[in-house]
Amino acid sequence: MTMTTIRVFDEWRDKSLEDALLECRDQVESPEFETVQRWRDAGGKVAGHFQVYFPEEIIHAAGMLPFKVRGAPVEPDRADSHFGSYLCSILKTSMELAMSGRVELDLFISHPICDAARNLAAIWGRNFDYPSQILYLPQNPNSAGSVEYLLHEYDRMRRVIEEVADCQITPSALANSITVFNTNRRLLRELYDIKRETPWLIAAEDAYALVSLAGMMPREEHNELLATLLPMIRERTNKAEDRVRIVFEGGFCEQPPFDLIRMLGRICYLVDDDFLIGLRWITQDVAVDGDPLRNLAEAYVEDSSYSSVQHDLRKPKETMLINRIRGAKADATILAAAKMCEPGLEEQVTYTHALDAEQIAYFVTEFEENMTSFDSLELQVETFVEHLLFA
Amino acid sequence: MTTLEDTNDLIGRGNREGAALFREWFAELGQTAAAGGQAAYVFVMGSTNEILKTFDLPVVFPEITSLQTAVRRVAHELLDEAEDYGYSPDICGYVKADVAVQLRGGKHPMGQLPSPTISVLTNACNTYIKWGEIWERMYGTPMFTIDVPGTRQAGTQTFSGNSDFEADRRYVETQLGELISLCENVTGKSFDIDKFREVLGHANTMSRCWNRVLELNAARPALFNAVTDGTIFLGVANAFRGTEAGALYFERLVEELEYKAANNIGQTIEEKYRLLFVGVPCYPIFRRFNELFSEWGGTFVNSTYLWFASGGTNRGFQYDLADPLASLAEGMLLSVRDAMDSMFYQDVAVAEMAKDFNIDGVIYHPIKSCRTVSTGLADGRRQMTKDLDIPSLFIESDMMDRRVVSEAQMKNRIDAFFEGLATRRQHAAVATSGSQGR
Repeated sequence: MTMTTIRVFDEWRDKSLEDALLECRDQVESPEFETVQRWRDAGGKVAGHFQVYFPEEIIHAAGMLPFKVRGAPVEPDRADSHFGSYLCSILKTSMELAMSGRVELDLFISHPICDAARNLAAIWGRNFDYPSQILYLPQNPNSAGSVEYLLHEYDRMRRVIEEVADCQITPSALANSITVFNTNRRLLRELYDIKRETPWLIAAEDAYALVSLAGMMPREEHNELLATLLPMIRERTNKAEDRVRIVFEGGFCEQPPFDLIRMLGRICYLVDDDFLIGLRWITQDVAVDGDPLRNLAEAYVEDSSYSSVQHDLRKPKETMLINRIRGAKADATILAAAKMCEPGLEEQVTYTHALDAEQIAYFVTEFEENMTSFDSLELQVETFVEHLLFA
Repeated sequence: MTTLEDTNDLIGRGNREGAALFREWFAELGQTAAAGGQAAYVFVMGSTNEILKTFDLPVVFPEITSLQTAVRRVAHELLDEAEDYGYSPDICGYVKADVAVQLRGGKHPMGQLPSPTISVLTNACNTYIKWGEIWERMYGTPMFTIDVPGTRQAGTQTFSGNSDFEADRRYVETQLGELISLCENVTGKSFDIDKFREVLGHANTMSRCWNRVLELNAARPALFNAVTDGTIFLGVANAFRGTEAGALYFERLVEELEYKAANNIGQTIEEKYRLLFVGVPCYPIFRRFNELFSEWGGTFVNSTYLWFASGGTNRGFQYDLADPLASLAEGMLLSVRDAMDSMFYQDVAVAEMAKDFNIDGVIYHPIKSCRTVSTGLADGRRQMTKDLDIPSLFIESDMMDRRVVSEAQMKNRIDAFFEGLATRRQHAAVATSGSQGR
């Protein structure tokens, strides 16, 4: 079996752009992750990797489906008693997806992005029979030893995945996977070019849905989807409106509710963001020639984005954010953090001080994936935007 | 032979000398600040004191200086100041207390803290990294992260000779070499390998003795309270790691405890229930928190805190002085990994402690401030109950923030817990006498 033999999302095909995007939104809004279930129904295995980044090429090369574990707007009825108070929601809802059987995995992988995420691997391991691993991505990418270390860590992960998939991952399979993912990265960059250059051509929630689908379906299929829809989006004749251009920061792990993104998109143009940034973590094509695992390791250390959960002396996060804002010609930024997200909340302070110094307007807020009422937040954002337009 | 006069001096010596050393440490920091001298900011899990002491750098442990503000009941003022500065009520209280102290120019209730010349941190706690970034921005001084890879999956730890372990060890060793170069640049001093060996030798003594101290408390009655006395010992273990004074202190502590064990001398309370403590102490009501247990005859005989907050030195790893840097890398890898394991896989740590310490109950104390320690406790408790069936109590509060510490509620739950323990004991006694009567 290879990744290309199973298709899990056909509903968008042969439809108008509007209807195709509606199908995409429906898939992403559903907490059932039907695409993953379809993959399993067809006999495929699934590796769930928690936020933020995982080299999905290794999973892909083993013929498994990489599933981006990103929580969901569900009540954590079963998972709640496994956690204490004062924790972010994504931990509980991610576990809930597995405990409720909505998503069945063969392997779970977490990362040392934060203390809660590392604990999650241990908790998961105590509650499920399949392996629950931590991929120790380097937290000191400035060390001369970081690439060699990461190469070995990726190789260790290759061995783990081989055992779960019950197959050997060959260098050529890995090189092929890198090619598939390079295509995907290019298409996602193109999508973000559209958001930055012509935000009136795509609604914020549609762009989000297109990105989000990457983490729940085979990448070849996702490539087909983007390769079909992006030209159609570019051909739209929507007219530009006089809206404030905003960058959203704070969506690197727990995801804001879909309706929150929709609400923001109604008020302003979301010209850039860090939603599901792990799916776009590598910012350039990964080399295909040579040792594929080394290429992936070098790309992580040398050609990657930024987030509150990675420390890299070369990438002070406030500088990176300001670059993002200026790169998108944004008027202002929304500095969001998931409730109880320690790194996100801490970063807000750094960001606000840096933005004050640069005289860039910002709006600070918190969110939770299970929020259902946005009236108050909408009023606040509208006030903020009006202030930008008329003050 | 120990005389009665010696004995009077011996009992409680560890607490007295520990408190004195602690004041000495603070006095040194004050003198450094007054003289405008250099200081390193470090953390308890992987302090790298072994390297920093080789460069004669005074070390500030902001976790310890922060917790002192809670013990001295001024933390709330500092938390308020940090929150006014922009920090959320929902982040680590240690960080916020320290931010406020820094905003006050280093003015601390116990004295004046020097500013950081360098900060060194591991990834044993992710908040260490965020904390280091705060100083980096406040002072523009270098921050060095020692990335110590932890356990990848429960029960799959590797050791020397295994290729995965060796890859991790090489990575840590490379970083330690880079830290040494940075220290040379910062201090203007050359690295002295002989002095380094001397420091490692003292650290070896301390680790060996710390391991022995913990082991000795399996005695019945327990020789010291793992939460109250243990915190004093921990302070010395961290602040004086790699020093002659620290080594001497721990040798004398072992002497005291071995004497107590040999003579069956416990603590001042009658020990009725032997408890394990899992989590971080409740510093805003530190003494009272312990009394809520000791009033029932409960004593803490061990804790995961004494493991992870000593940076895993409880395992007693001994550096090979013939190959000091490689050995330090191996020791850090094993010790810091162990510290992380006793937080993330605390069910395993509790099972190990329960084997030797005749435990009557396990007290889980998750706190708002610390996801590192607290996230897995509810699930770990479920696992512990399934595996060991030891009665347990789960009380949430905080290590710094008195706004989430409710003593009355705590007391109700603790009282109910002990009533349950007493009932359980009575039932067991009845069952035993019943079976003997048949």
